[in-house]
Amino acid sequence: MANNGKITLEIFRYHPETDSEPRYQSYEVPYNEDWVVLDAINWIKDHIDGTVTHRWSCRMGVCGSCGMMVNGEPKLTCAAFLKDYHPRAVKVEPLVNFPVERDLVVAMDGFMDKLDAVKPYIIRDDVNDTSEGEYRQSPAELARYKQFSMCINCMLCYAACPVVGHEEEFLGPAALALGHRYNKDSRDEGQSERMEVMLSDEAMWGCTFVGECSVVCPKHVDPAGAIQQAKAMGAQEYFKGFVMPRGAGE
Amino acid sequence: MSHMTTHQHDVIIIGGGGAGLRAAIAIAEENPSFSVACVSKVYPMRSHTVTAEGGAAAVIKPNDSLEDHIYDTISGADWLADQDAVEYFVNRAPSEMIQLEHWGCPWSRMADGTVAVRPFGGMKIERTWFAADKTGFHMLHSLFQTTLKYGNIVRYDEHFASKLLLDDEGRCRGCAAIELRTGTVRSIVGKSVIICTGGAGKAFPFTTNGAIKTGDGMAMAYQAGVALKDMEFIQYHPTGLPGTGILITEASRGEGGILVNKDGYRYLQDYDLGEALDVGDPRHPQKRAMELGPRDKLSQCFIKEKNAGRTIETKDGHAVHLDLRHLGKAKIDKRIPFVRELARNYAGIDPVHQPIPVRPVVHYVMGGIDVDSNSATNIPGLYAAGECACVSINGANRLGSNSLTELLVFGAQAGTHAARFAMDNPDYDVSGLEAQTADEGERIRRTYFSVRARSGTERIAVLRNELHDAMEDGAGIYRDADSLDAACNKIAELRDRYANVTLDDQSNCFNTELTAALELSSLLDVAESMAHSARERTESRGSHQRLDHPDRNDNDFLAHSLAFRTGVGGAPRIEYRPVTITRWPPGERTYGADSGLKRPADETGAAGEPS
Repeated sequence: MANNGKITLEIFRYHPETDSEPRYQSYEVPYNEDWVVLDAINWIKDHIDGTVTHRWSCRMGVCGSCGMMVNGEPKLTCAAFLKDYHPRAVKVEPLVNFPVERDLVVAMDGFMDKLDAVKPYIIRDDVNDTSEGEYRQSPAELARYKQFSMCINCMLCYAACPVVGHEEEFLGPAALALGHRYNKDSRDEGQSERMEVMLSDEAMWGCTFVGECSVVCPKHVDPAGAIQQAKAMGAQEYFKGFVMPRGAGE
Repeated sequence: MSHMTTHQHDVIIIGGGGAGLRAAIAIAEENPSFSVACVSKVYPMRSHTVTAEGGAAAVIKPNDSLEDHIYDTISGADWLADQDAVEYFVNRAPSEMIQLEHWGCPWSRMADGTVAVRPFGGMKIERTWFAADKTGFHMLHSLFQTTLKYGNIVRYDEHFASKLLLDDEGRCRGCAAIELRTGTVRSIVGKSVIICTGGAGKAFPFTTNGAIKTGDGMAMAYQAGVALKDMEFIQYHPTGLPGTGILITEASRGEGGILVNKDGYRYLQDYDLGEALDVGDPRHPQKRAMELGPRDKLSQCFIKEKNAGRTIETKDGHAVHLDLRHLGKAKIDKRIPFVRELARNYAGIDPVHQPIPVRPVVHYVMGGIDVDSNSATNIPGLYAAGECACVSINGANRLGSNSLTELLVFGAQAGTHAARFAMDNPDYDVSGLEAQTADEGERIRRTYFSVRARSGTERIAVLRNELHDAMEDGAGIYRDADSLDAACNKIAELRDRYANVTLDDQSNCFNTELTAALELSSLLDVAESMAHSARERTESRGSHQRLDHPDRNDNDFLAHSLAFRTGVGGAPRIEYRPVTITRWPPGERTYGADSGLKRPADETGAAGEPS
């Protein structure tokens, strides 16, 4: 069942200290139909070439570390099975639309700044003491934002998005979905504050509704849907004149 | 490596998982003028807290009681937990959980809008809060996103801390950390330090733990002279996927899932865990019984079934079946959707239609850095919280859903006490710490990048695999003197060979082969403390089962083991400290019919079925 020959991985290599241009390096690894692409990369690092550089941790699709381009598509490599590519070679590259740090590792600074920008936390004037118990939230209220809270920050949607690559001001699918998640949370009163950021210039309006973000999302967050809803809310805000007392938006 | 730079803050936190982030918020809120550094080898939302599934325990419903949570925890720990610490933990748990609710955690809810709770193993009553079956994920992201509110929390993402820095008076004042992007060794210093670096499941080959769970903080504290406490107690979770070790949450049994052997028989009834009630019986799943017994016992039952030839042979070794089919698709999709996703993706099994093959898998280290219930170590200014620490509330066996709560309660506690220490001990000498950081940079250069290092012959993966085999063979669910001797000897051999390790990667930028080498070094320290502590404890208690000493021995071992490092090449020195017993004298651990249920288990506290 396990080993049935070999499979070739073509890995994008780039080292800023020694390379002026990226290159591709081929490695032959044992083919195991239970393996994911990440297992094959780890095998290369352990047994053939310790310089191959990538991020990973949980190997169960929830830490969000191991997103890469696999044969041109943004994938979590811990959820991309070799059997779906074998016997063809598998080409592995860093996520597009991000600066490459080294090999398969991209710089996340810009992404982290965008997450920060949407104020992804509960904002409210009156904060209850914990002795008063939990804020009540009905299952229906939970359902209004739950899907948008499932983002693992894997950044596949940024690699898939045609706007992220050329519009620097665009906050991008994950960050906008996250801002929208808090706007839709019944415990939150920070919508106006958040919308000031989301409605500025190209922050959200840059989105052209191609919808690729939702197609590649491994957690079915549907950032395109979130952006669509947020734009509708934003149009309302616009007519109300942006700056409003907290809680008046919903 | 390259030149060194110093960064000064008030409190330094090493680790950005649940405990570290909770500590950071505690300090930032209580001391707005403080600068808090959060140093993590990954971006915080990659931390392993993210994978926790089933839930977090805290008494919230009127049908529950603090007393019951305390008793469940102490008896689950096989009386090795410190009872004053458990009382503190249980008392603080509800307010910490409500605090996280206030910070936006999307807890699953009842129809009336209160939080929902579910039953978990070893607990008398349902008290586990949950966010479907991605509780750790939601907790971590809620905490991380909340930290973004505070301008005084400064993150050092992808910085690998490799050494603690102590001042002339022996107070901990910071760490040396490698910035992965550049290879620069930074001196990150302050007035006190908290370690929140998680567990060390990666000392074993078959584990639910992610790649980053390599015991770095435990090893750093051990190297600095802090004891590692109760390291022989390693939790096997009874239900991991064969092959990958991916966790199938205990919540699947809390929701009513059953475990059967190759004959379709609910074998747990043969091991004093109670009666196999029909899955249609309204009393099923019965608390503190059968599938909701504690993890140590369930994992041990698996081995007994395997030895009796009643397990199922799969291509990835022996397994039993976790059967969820009677729950139905609607309940599975609502309450444990991640279980379905994982089983389908990684085992090719749809639990709506097929039972899931599962086997015990290394999950959690009960032991850790020796701290008191103020989260303080014996080094002034050094604190620890979360899985890396041992308070101890988990004793010889942690109950499922206590660890996520522990991150909050003791993360906050560590933050408060580290901040106090910083206020009381404000002055320190930066240059002395810088010199230590420079020495650490030089040590790393010499060990991994010198001419000698380049001519080394040992590959990291080879040493790591041999360590894995030694731990699995020698220090698994059942151990004895011979198996532990072999493990101790093998670890000593691997330590010698580690001196001859060599890296393909001789560069500065994002050198993950260097971090793998440092992680292996941490694992060798931690594994050494585990194997030696297990060899010295000649009794069986909780998760530590000695075939050559099958009984619990309270006369000699109602005590925490403390493993102290003795210097290069030497075996650790093992000492003991009595367990703190207050109101609950050691008794027999009973589950099933005799588990001492005090009140009707199915009496619910709030509005009907969780939605």
